[in-house]
Amino acid sequence: MTPKTESKEVGLKAGLEIHQQLDTHTKLFCNCPTRLRDKKESNFSFIRYLRASKSEMGEVDAAALEEQKYSQTFLYKGYDSTCLVEYDEEPPGELNGEAIETALEVALLLKMKPLDEVHTMRKIVIDGSNTCGFQRTALVATDGVLQTEEGPVRVDSLCLEEDAAQKLEPEGDAVVYSLDRLGIPLVEVCTAPDIKSAEQASKVAGQLGMILRSTGKVKRGLGTIRQDINISIEKGARVEIKGVQNLRLIRQIVEKEINRQLKLIELKQILNRRGAWVEDRIENLSDIFVNTSSRVLKKADNNVFGVCLHGFTGILGTELQPDRRFGSELADCARKYGVGLMHTDELPAYGITEDEVERMRSAFDAGEHDCVVIVATGRERAEKALNAVLARAEEAMHGVPKETRRALPNGCSAYMRPLPGAARMYPETDVPPVEIETRKLTRIKAQLPETFEDRKARYKEKFNINEELADKISRNHYFTLFERIMKSYAGLSATLVVRTLTDTLAELVQEGVEVDNLGDQHFMILFEQLAANSFGKEAIPAILTLLANKPDTSIEQAIAEIGLGVGIEEVTRAIADIVNSKKDFILENGERSVGPLMGVVMNDLRGKVDGKVINKILVEQVKAVLDEL
Amino acid sequence: MTIKKDHKINTFMMQLREGARVRIKKKTSNGSVVYEGIVMPTVSRNIVIKLDNGYNVGIRPEHADVELISGAEPLKELVKDKGVKEVEEAGLPVLSILSTGGTIASKVDYRTGAVSPQFSTDDILEAIPELGQIANIRGKVLYSILSENMRAEYWTKLATEVHNELKSGAEGIIVTHGTDTMGYTAAALSFMLQTPAPIVLVGSQRSSDRPSSDAAMNAISAAKVACSDLAEVVVVMHGNTSDKFCLIHRGTKVRKMHTSARYAFQSVNDVPVGKVYYDASNIGNIKVEFLSAYKKKTRDANELELRAELEDKCTSIKYYPGADPAILDFFAEQGYKGIVLEGTGLGHVSTDWLTCVERVVKSGIPVVMTSQCLYGAVCDRVYNTGRDLLRAGIIEGRDMLPETALVKLMWVLGQTTDMDEVRNMMQQNIAGEISGGRTLQ
Ligand SMILES: [Zn+2]
Repeated sequence: MTPKTESKEVGLKAGLEIHQQLDTHTKLFCNCPTRLRDKKESNFSFIRYLRASKSEMGEVDAAALEEQKYSQTFLYKGYDSTCLVEYDEEPPGELNGEAIETALEVALLLKMKPLDEVHTMRKIVIDGSNTCGFQRTALVATDGVLQTEEGPVRVDSLCLEEDAAQKLEPEGDAVVYSLDRLGIPLVEVCTAPDIKSAEQASKVAGQLGMILRSTGKVKRGLGTIRQDINISIEKGARVEIKGVQNLRLIRQIVEKEINRQLKLIELKQILNRRGAWVEDRIENLSDIFVNTSSRVLKKADNNVFGVCLHGFTGILGTELQPDRRFGSELADCARKYGVGLMHTDELPAYGITEDEVERMRSAFDAGEHDCVVIVATGRERAEKALNAVLARAEEAMHGVPKETRRALPNGCSAYMRPLPGAARMYPETDVPPVEIETRKLTRIKAQLPETFEDRKARYKEKFNINEELADKISRNHYFTLFERIMKSYAGLSATLVVRTLTDTLAELVQEGVEVDNLGDQHFMILFEQLAANSFGKEAIPAILTLLANKPDTSIEQAIAEIGLGVGIEEVTRAIADIVNSKKDFILENGERSVGPLMGVVMNDLRGKVDGKVINKILVEQVKAVLDEL
Repeated sequence: MTIKKDHKINTFMMQLREGARVRIKKKTSNGSVVYEGIVMPTVSRNIVIKLDNGYNVGIRPEHADVELISGAEPLKELVKDKGVKEVEEAGLPVLSILSTGGTIASKVDYRTGAVSPQFSTDDILEAIPELGQIANIRGKVLYSILSENMRAEYWTKLATEVHNELKSGAEGIIVTHGTDTMGYTAAALSFMLQTPAPIVLVGSQRSSDRPSSDAAMNAISAAKVACSDLAEVVVVMHGNTSDKFCLIHRGTKVRKMHTSARYAFQSVNDVPVGKVYYDASNIGNIKVEFLSAYKKKTRDANELELRAELEDKCTSIKYYPGADPAILDFFAEQGYKGIVLEGTGLGHVSTDWLTCVERVVKSGIPVVMTSQCLYGAVCDRVYNTGRDLLRAGIIEGRDMLPETALVKLMWVLGQTTDMDEVRNMMQQNIAGEISGGRTLQ
């Protein structure tokens, strides 16, 4: 593997596409709830086929064609919470107004320019994930910008779309989809390819997520946000990696894709140097394996077909990503037709003998630099799979192919399909365009939520807290409570309040304390008493624990129960007692005696009064003793 | 060419030909933005352009700075009728597809977003190549009208064309038809044609420009039926919401029972003639199964007979509580020759109507009673009102659909003006419109 490559040096250009489900009451084009269902609750199902619409030229778009290769049965599961619109048995209703409002809110937060009139389009998708064979999508705003530490990233477009049906486990030959998710409104935010490092990609995704959540109108939890990343490097090609569900993976995905593209560029050079070529001939090799001991080949009734990639020896075994070789890319292509492949780079193995490998080679007059790839299946399927393999090998001689890939959980990716063309869209004539009134925009603008960034900056400025704390509390849902506390009780340390609402609560959760029992009123009274010096800040965890266990306890009771609530006079008297008994020690050590004495005093008074107050009284009394002399 | 002042917009907009490429600069409250794309047809007051990313967007002309980049490219014109085309392949039956406006194939122009229905044989075969595996297809475009714009006179022309096609060797006929009035046309053909071969009407409930359209499956199933040994006028449409089977409905018994769903067409007061089991992956596997008795194909040329005359000055009146019987007199004065009543329940209208009904019948206008219930037969012997209506001279429409009764009345009056004969023919089963008996469904 090449050493970890700096994104900037390879000319990285990356863009993000974020899909976020909205938490609207109803779906985008019907009145069904936007609620996901237990799949066992499905009360009926039906099957459908899809046919690609022909484009003007009589050609089917590359991506559509790829999908149409497989004559596919789709089985759809319906619920008592889905309707004829999801079944493609009734025209869609009008665009959901609530969803438009949220989309506009996000657009304005991203400093985008909303369109005057929003038109719903049909985007052809024939993988079955939409019952009608297209996804409805509408462009709502363009031309925004997101400021990042590494510079501005343009936000090209914001679309309002319907979510697709959810794919379930296949049943027999049928691809199965659940219709509960179909039609849930999504906003799709696309950035320009302005991202120049893996680190920046991760940050941009984080910031976009925060902005979406700041509206309070998006769904939360696994599967409610999905990100696609498109990546290209110099001399590489645009590759779109789809379906990243975990924000933390983004950095890795970008890094691993950079490496994959670099490696493919390297392979291209090697192949070109070798004068490699792809022979357009599929051979029936079944005779070689009549008596094979390979179980895989036997299982296919010894139906074996092969092709020869001249000059490819060693290439198929080259690792592009951890555990993914060039051979895996070829295998991805064959797998589209439901077959695995084997090649001479990894043979003899799997029960295939040296002799059989030799005969495979001689069927193509293959030399030592040539690689033979075989699949074991019937002729029709074998031809389709091997043609896909040949096409992919051909592409290797030109470098990185443009394609759509699927994100894998380890940050790698696998081939999915060619990049879709840009123009697979036509108007959804069943849905009238929606004019965006200036009045509406003005109203939304006036009510825009403060972004996390704005809030953070305000907190740093107003409460004089550091970056880390400002960041923590501005993202925390207690931020309004924080502001209320600071406004109500003078003299409190903002740092202490933030730490209490964030770190302290997190620690209590870890200790198993039911902090959900704590209401705003508990915190208000806690800080009121703290401001009045009724107890020391050290006692906060103990008081909160007690209140969480017995939410009906009054603060006075709590203080009493923990043995707190000592008045200043009492404290002064207690300190005086200790100072009097240690007079000799004080005279001996002068002002240096304060430190050791503090320990003694705190043993008695910890939590009852703020340590600072105790310290102040102690210093005064020690001084008094020394002054007496 | 650039405009900035509002008053110039209208003149400029008129020059903004559909298909022209423009750049529009627009000031917004948070900056300015530039859109570039192709001008699209629109009914709104805004400029609608298709951006290069495929999206259509609407832009208010106010404060828009519009610059013409290039003129309109000629848009591809609608494919016109290419006439009958014969591509014969040995061993396959010859089918004629007659288009009346219902689309079973469309093309989408992704550049402009325009959807154009396809009627020529080539285009239909391109969209549904399976049809070419089933039969040698000839195509002919008769009308390109919405089915709601159908008229009785068009049924006559259609029946004549079907007759001609069968005479000139077609072994089966497929009529593509908009679904709204397909039931009426099917009934009309049923009465007008005595056929030795299948005449199949087909359409689609979900537009053929969508990948999920029912058009292809309905058309393929219709072609299978048109190659069968059936010799009747039938409608072939989806059986339920799944792409599993189509139902074959008798032309006089079928009714559109849903505004939008695939399974809209149902046989009323009759079991469907048959079922077509669909198989998308293997056309050879598609099976036609008959569920009830049907008239079989013959080689006898005398079997083919056209009786296309119609009296289209007939009407139907839907009764409702409190409806004014003067409506009957109105139609009589307007010169109507026959009236179908859609009565309540077993076939009733208010007793207030009795004198009017009697007067109209006496003046030589047959009045046929059907029921709004649709299911079940009219029987006016049960209640007094019914008996009074019979005495007033109404003709019981038995279990005929009101629409079928109307079409039949037009046809019967086209054959005879003798009132007794009209009465006889209306109550006699001619094309399966009156069932011998009804069963539980
Ligand atoms: Zn719904």
